[in-house]
Amino acid sequence: MQDWKLNRALFASIASAPTLWLVLFFIVPLGLVWLYSFGTNVGLTEIDISGTFANYARALEPLYLGIFLKSVWIAGLTTVICLVVGFPVALAIVFATPKWRPWLLLGIMLPFWTNLLIRTYALMAVLRTEGFANQTIGWMWDKWSGLMTFAGLQPLGDFTPLPLLYNNFAVVLGLVYVHLPFMVLPLYAALDRLDKSLIEASLDLGAGHVRTLLSIVAPLAAPGIISGIIITFVPALGAYLTPDLLGGTDSQMIANVIERQFKRANDWPFGAALSFLLMYATFIAIAFQAMKSRQAERRQ
Amino acid sequence: MATAPKQPIISIQNVTKRFGAVAAVDNISLDIMPGEFFVLLGPSGCGKTTLLRMIAGFEVPTEGRIVIDGQDMAHVSPNKRPVNMVFQSYAVFPHMTVTENVGYGLRIARVPSSEIKSRVEEALALVKLDGFGGRRPDQLSGGQRQRVALARSLVMRPKVLLLDEPLSALDAKLRAAMQFELADLQEQVGITFVTVTHDQDEALSMAGRIAVINKGLVAQLSTPSDLYEFPANRFVADFIGSVNLFDGRLTVDEPDRAIVDCPEIGRIYLNHGVTGPHDANVHVALRPEKIAMIPEAKGKPTAPECPEGDNIAHGQIRGMSYLGDITIYEVKLDSGRVIRVSRPNLSRYDQEDFTWEDKVWLSWHGSSPVVLQS
Amino acid sequence: MSLFKPRVPLAPLEYTKRLWMRAWVGLVLFFLYAPLLTLIAFSFNDSRRGNVVWRGFTFDYYEKALNNESLMIAMGNSLTIALISTIVSVVIGALAAVMLWRFRFPGKTATEGAMALPIVVPEICMGVAMLVFFAKIGFPTDLPWPFSLGAIIIAHITFCFPFVTMVVRSRLTSFNREEEEAAKDLGATEWQAFRDVLLPHMKPGLVAGALLAFTLSLDDFVITFFTSGPNTITFPVKVYSMVRFSVTPEVNAASALLIALTVILTTIALKVQSRMGGTPQGH
Repeated sequence: MQDWKLNRALFASIASAPTLWLVLFFIVPLGLVWLYSFGTNVGLTEIDISGTFANYARALEPLYLGIFLKSVWIAGLTTVICLVVGFPVALAIVFATPKWRPWLLLGIMLPFWTNLLIRTYALMAVLRTEGFANQTIGWMWDKWSGLMTFAGLQPLGDFTPLPLLYNNFAVVLGLVYVHLPFMVLPLYAALDRLDKSLIEASLDLGAGHVRTLLSIVAPLAAPGIISGIIITFVPALGAYLTPDLLGGTDSQMIANVIERQFKRANDWPFGAALSFLLMYATFIAIAFQAMKSRQAERRQ
Repeated sequence: MATAPKQPIISIQNVTKRFGAVAAVDNISLDIMPGEFFVLLGPSGCGKTTLLRMIAGFEVPTEGRIVIDGQDMAHVSPNKRPVNMVFQSYAVFPHMTVTENVGYGLRIARVPSSEIKSRVEEALALVKLDGFGGRRPDQLSGGQRQRVALARSLVMRPKVLLLDEPLSALDAKLRAAMQFELADLQEQVGITFVTVTHDQDEALSMAGRIAVINKGLVAQLSTPSDLYEFPANRFVADFIGSVNLFDGRLTVDEPDRAIVDCPEIGRIYLNHGVTGPHDANVHVALRPEKIAMIPEAKGKPTAPECPEGDNIAHGQIRGMSYLGDITIYEVKLDSGRVIRVSRPNLSRYDQEDFTWEDKVWLSWHGSSPVVLQS
Repeated sequence: MSLFKPRVPLAPLEYTKRLWMRAWVGLVLFFLYAPLLTLIAFSFNDSRRGNVVWRGFTFDYYEKALNNESLMIAMGNSLTIALISTIVSVVIGALAAVMLWRFRFPGKTATEGAMALPIVVPEICMGVAMLVFFAKIGFPTDLPWPFSLGAIIIAHITFCFPFVTMVVRSRLTSFNREEEEAAKDLGATEWQAFRDVLLPHMKPGLVAGALLAFTLSLDDFVITFFTSGPNTITFPVKVYSMVRFSVTPEVNAASALLIALTVILTTIALKVQSRMGGTPQGH
């Protein structure tokens, strides 16, 4: 590490481009949004930065607060499902043979690299009323029904397609579908770093697999688990596309409300206030992670 | 009741472990007796660690049986086996204090907490870590971490304690001290120790019996001194200590003497029979410290307990390395073969100080050479 | 229980050989891939609507997709944006990485935090910020192509380059400073040492960062949605407008093409990584 004063010209030539770009195209735009969140609409396009807190006050009205809490709830549920589903997968990759491991990793990574919109669209096609999920369930329903008739029982009656799309279920499913790799990869990294002989030592001392998982693996992989949780929770909380395409009228999340303020309702100050509330929530989550993982590291 | 023959605590019966096509352990059978300090010695990759891990239950034999204390271990998982292991990396749980580490197994066994407390203290005292209970592993040195691992296993009062390369992570000084300490500890607690190591010094100094493993097979199983003085084959002779090996022909083989003709060093006389096939090609092992060396000027010597002219060789010093307590010389024989000779430095100013290019006579006792058939 | 006990007992850590574990992983992979594979399969289905029933193999929809001018323009826009954003992002990102790795300067922690910010800020907030920003400065909307894509490209660079910085920086930590000192000891100037020693070491990081930036740019919908105008439609934005209300085989075909592109890019990335970033230089 070199002190910048030792070679000011070199430092300036390296540092100026990224710093300028970041300030001009990131800090300034965000600053504008922040200023607008204290503004009021005057006229159609004019916004007066009046320093009012009215936008924030409005954001805390039950309607918007409800959507906000619902977003947190949906993102939380998504995270928990991803953790439960992803943990065994990460474990399986860690203990796979060297021949299989890269393929399993690739298997998890590839959807992650695939366009989000296409993945969401693919899920739509599967979940539609006349989509494959319903087709398969309907086919099984018919078979089962036939079997029951065969066994001399009352048949099940006609199959009514399940409403799998345009509801909260579809949103959570879609978020899990999209974010599962986000959870698996940090979990994998954390478990891979874990000294396998610690697990063996625990088994050797008489602990079963579940006990070992709870008292050895989980505490030691805690930083990875926490970062997996945050890495899943943060984008899920701010998700726009999934609730927009898969959700119904009652499954709007906070990002959809923000989008509406800017694109349709044309109430920029209110949208700006909502944006910053979402950002604050994100920062709180990240600060929480930093704190927890520092704690976990100190304990080791 | 007639005294039954002592039953082995561990009986390894025709155990084979294959990884793909490679047999890491190839049909090994051996018995380990209660109270023994048993060492599995071999170069890295010879299968010794795999064997140890099969005893602990972390690997499953492809074929064969492992019986511990009379019970077949085939379907017994590691957490149910009456053995405990000290891992090469020690595997001390980094998120627990020393006390929590040592008490872990007892807590799982649901031992009452008052008893846990006293047994943990007892175990820590045994490994001389009294007063360290509140420390975290990152506040301990490598040697102390190893003691924690030892205490953590000993506190379980296992029938057998398995140690995987217990000293490899320690520095040389500490390793030497720990060798004695481990041997003492084993005597004190009376538990059977099974240790894996690639370090022959470690094995020789600690073991009651040693199994030398090579390429998945037991090359020799005997006491440390027998292993050194009576190696069964070239691998063992070469692996344990330093040795000069010669190819030769067994020309005389009688109950009280044997002669091997070696083109490189001449006639080698042994003051005992070797019961080998007559006139067969054999190998002779001669350890460097068993060869006496005098300056050429002193005249041709006679080797003790040998007919005149046998066990004598002439050569020139081509290299030497001074190691403090001994000096190792590389002597080029008249045949062109270079052999090693070591001499203790008995005084600070050696009268027979040898140096490069000196011409010398070498001789050795009739009981020193070992004839090997493989 | 005993019914499912395997005949050859498993070693305790062979989790992957356990039946329930395999079933679990299999189900997860099925969950991840089934929708994509159905989408690809039915892009070949010779059926106009409700592509649920297989009606025979056809390339028709690929032809239609490739002849759909607005879709192809959107695709061209997307690729142009991704290409330019990637090049600029790699340069800026690498500079930022070298700056943070090499120098000690006042406000370094704050700079580090700010550089990581675009990664963590919710996409929607960033999209909104870009919309507000370009409206405020009055970014001209009537520029000729490709300058009309300027706003989108600027936005993309802003969220891509911190990822490049992250990747390159982690690569730099494995650099042995003595190599650079050795080069200077042998007479190299600052620039020569950088070009001959540091740059080759950074290369795998730069390639990985570039591929990441390219994918992120190609993938982005939300931020682009807020910065694109009627004449600057990208592929995701176009697909979005097409799929909002219906599922058509044409979109299937276009999507399948993009999936194929992703697979190809990933394969290249893996090949490149195993050739350069892998073991030999990894120490």
